[in-house]
Amino acid sequence: MSEYLVEVSHLKQYFPVRNGFKTIPLKAVDDVSFNIKPGETLGLVGESGCGKTTVGRTLLRLYKPTSGTVKFEGEEVTDQNIHALRKEMQMVFQDPYSSLNPRMTVEDIIGEPLDVHKLYKTKEERREKVLALMETVGLNAEHAMRYAHEFSGGQRQRIGIARALAVDPKFIVCDEPVSALDVSIQAQVVNMFEDLQEQRGMAYLFIAHDLLVVQHISDRIAVMYLGHMMELAESDELMNNPIHPYTQSLLSAVPIPDPNTARKSKRIMLEGDVPSPLNMPTGCPFRTRCRYATEQCAQAMPELTDRGDGHQVACWNK
Amino acid sequence: MADYKYILDVQDLHTSFRTDKGKVQAVNGVTFALEPGKTLGIVGESGSGKSVTAYSIMQILAENGNIESGKVLYKGEDITKWNNKQMAGFRGKCCSIIFQDPMTSLNPVFTIGNQLEEAVLLHTDRNKAEAKARAVEMLTLVGVNEPEKRVKQYPYELSGGMRQRVMIAMALACEPDILIADEPTTALDVTIQAQILELMQDLQKQLGMAIIIVTHDLGVIASMCDEIIVMYGGRVCERGTADDIFYAPAHSYTRGLLRSIPTTENNGERLIPIGGTPINMLNMPAGCAFCPRCDDAMKICLTEVPEEIQVGETHRASCWLNVKKMYEEGSAQ
Repeated sequence: MSEYLVEVSHLKQYFPVRNGFKTIPLKAVDDVSFNIKPGETLGLVGESGCGKTTVGRTLLRLYKPTSGTVKFEGEEVTDQNIHALRKEMQMVFQDPYSSLNPRMTVEDIIGEPLDVHKLYKTKEERREKVLALMETVGLNAEHAMRYAHEFSGGQRQRIGIARALAVDPKFIVCDEPVSALDVSIQAQVVNMFEDLQEQRGMAYLFIAHDLLVVQHISDRIAVMYLGHMMELAESDELMNNPIHPYTQSLLSAVPIPDPNTARKSKRIMLEGDVPSPLNMPTGCPFRTRCRYATEQCAQAMPELTDRGDGHQVACWNK
Repeated sequence: MADYKYILDVQDLHTSFRTDKGKVQAVNGVTFALEPGKTLGIVGESGSGKSVTAYSIMQILAENGNIESGKVLYKGEDITKWNNKQMAGFRGKCCSIIFQDPMTSLNPVFTIGNQLEEAVLLHTDRNKAEAKARAVEMLTLVGVNEPEKRVKQYPYELSGGMRQRVMIAMALACEPDILIADEPTTALDVTIQAQILELMQDLQKQLGMAIIIVTHDLGVIASMCDEIIVMYGGRVCERGTADDIFYAPAHSYTRGLLRSIPTTENNGERLIPIGGTPINMLNMPAGCAFCPRCDDAMKICLTEVPEEIQVGETHRASCWLNVKKMYEEGSAQ
């Protein structure tokens, strides 16, 4: 057995898009490889449309990958073992409003995974387990018979987390779990993710666009741009010593909540917009906005290479 | 026209909404003043009344909303007394607003040029050809590439960042004195957000308008604002310069908020969240709105709304703890 919990290699996920009479592939994820160790948090950042959510969903087999492999505990994830797999991998969604069924009580929402995987013998046992889960995520057990609309955004996100925890998974994909929450509530939920990891030793793939939150929670961070992995490094290393030009400008664009730092810092401005994924530049997708772009960048996409201590970068010039 | 020091002077504004479940006091005595050419930041979480304050100034509240009392002085004149026709002249020409979501605030069935010209034709005596030229000029100013081509395009053909630029161009087409930006970059990616914020700062330097930024993002206001007001539960809990608010917060809510956000310094440490849940506007506490979530709440906080007191030269806050501290210091001397 390998040391990694999740191994992703050369993952490609294309979606067919009709363009007039032709059907062309939208390359949402193009040749992405990374690994996640047991109990580790890998942060995945990038702008909208870079394919970060698609990566998370493909890992869980919500999509069938176009090519490439996803291995969980050394075994390839296939349609055959999907039921067993979902017991080990769960997902927490971005929007706590649309990801909970409004016609189910909280008890049934959290109990549904238990039903699916037959994790209880009697009705009493199911109820006990649900109440224990509610307590774990800081929800009042008396509220088990309520419906989702009776809760605030932060509490709903807790319900979503309790549902993911119900089957005691080894790995959770968190897709922007705090983005929809108020600033004063975000910290509560971030802390809860950290506590749960400590208690249960789960691994997270933490997808978010807020770099400061990602830095706080992640052991390692991966940066994506237009379906490609640009840089992957230890969290502190990436924040303090970004190598890829895209990561550099992304970090410099983050608004720092500190007036003195904000006044001093020099933003590296990126010109223009992200190109359409239907009409990708040849070679490196970032070259159209990159200060260092050369001829070579237009010819081929650079490989992700190790620059020491597991700091991987995909760039010809840096 | 009357003499004025402030371009906009909001005094004790109260705005409420009628709902099936009773009256919601969304804005409860907000006061602030804005000097020409300055930037004011209004920060708070959802339901704090920050957007309703902005909409009250523009008088674009929903049907069930109502400005109950208070004054909004524009160049010394109270615009809450103005009729619809006067307000139509005010909006766009004196004061413009840009909204959070550039996807839904442009009309999908008209071209960009059409929508830009509309404002110009309405508020100035330019003719059609001049309005067209102005539209292209404005698009150039906000950094839209190929403006001649863009004026013929429809909103769906542009990216989110481009649409927000068009919104800004539209807002500034008649050179208003005040620009209200309601969460202008929340729907945008970080690199695009940086572009838009930089653009707003540049345009302010060129055109000299005053800006009100309404946001929940402390990072955005840190670099942009001359003055900041922090709102909670429809009231202003603290006001001051960026340095006052970030380095010497004088209200429990502001302190809690600053502690709870991840920064480059507290990395690796545990975040300290604000306990409890956001306020229910239908069921407001009798005293300080933040009291149920405050770690240092005292007896008086439950029953009495704290008054705003001076805690620094440019810095005012409404928190009983400051009164207590002052009293203790006073009796110690």
